[in-house]
Amino acid sequence: MKLQTSTSLALYSVLEAASRPDQQVSAADIAAKYGVSTHHLAKVLRELARAGILDSARGVGGGYRMSGNVKRLTLMDVIEIFEDMSARSPEAGDESTEVGRAIAQILTEVDEIAKATFRSITVETMLKLIERERIAAESAGVPAVRSATAA
Amino acid sequence: MPDSKIERHGASVADHGAREGPARERASPAGLKVRPVQADDLPQVIAIDAQVTGLEKADYWYELFHRYGSRGQRQRFFLVADSRGAVRGFIIGEVRDWEFGSPPCGWVFGITVQPDSRLAGIGSSLLESIREGFRRAGVTKVRTMLARDDQLVLSFFRSQGMTAAPFIPLEIDA
Repeated sequence: MKLQTSTSLALYSVLEAASRPDQQVSAADIAAKYGVSTHHLAKVLRELARAGILDSARGVGGGYRMSGNVKRLTLMDVIEIFEDMSARSPEAGDESTEVGRAIAQILTEVDEIAKATFRSITVETMLKLIERERIAAESAGVPAVRSATAA
Repeated sequence: MPDSKIERHGASVADHGAREGPARERASPAGLKVRPVQADDLPQVIAIDAQVTGLEKADYWYELFHRYGSRGQRQRFFLVADSRGAVRGFIIGEVRDWEFGSPPCGWVFGITVQPDSRLAGIGSSLLESIREGFRRAGVTKVRTMLARDDQLVLSFFRSQGMTAAPFIPLEIDA
């Protein structure tokens, strides 16, 4: 399973906003931090706002703020805004043949495990994971400037 | 393989709040403590399990108590969360040696919190207590296994920091 660029940007954005619940985050901030296109990111943020996951504020100092419930919002909830997760893997193969069907069966197994994983991980759980990564990086003497919770 | 006679995760915990009712936290019940199960607790354990699963399995629970609740067990754990004499939840697990080629590790077979007592950290307390028991028993890894579509309990264990284990369960028609 490969996530589209928009989906990855959405996950970065949600985790950035969730890690700084008292601040507005802007497309420019996130784009600079992760080295991605501001234009593309702005479209993703608008989509997340439309979905009710982020609140947007216009004007000077404006940006986006987390409005979803981090204890309940799962990675799958975010991913499904941008991807049709019910669709089969594009490489599933020609199911008119035994070989194609066998390959499709294996790819479906892989997809089902991936979906179960995305459904089971909330944004809050991700924030804990990010914090552990930050602490591990600090212990190893690695600057944690790219960690969401270090911002 | 963990004991096949134990019903694994026949219920849910939902301490993290995912997909479970209104978004509100509850304070931990007064005087909550996690302790080994006692024979007097079994009617409450059976009632909680029946409430959650819709099946009353008294014989099953008495047998589990016989095997896991007896005093002197160093590698088997059947713990209850007790608040002023009321059982709010329970957890069961044991240390298994060299299953699947793995060095000894702790297996959590089942965890259940009474629905009215969820979102108060009881599942977390139960899991932490059994982890402490496993540590005392000398193991450093705790594992569990549950249905792929059991999002509630999967999310709970994920929220506690559990990650995918280096094993893949397989099955075939008998």
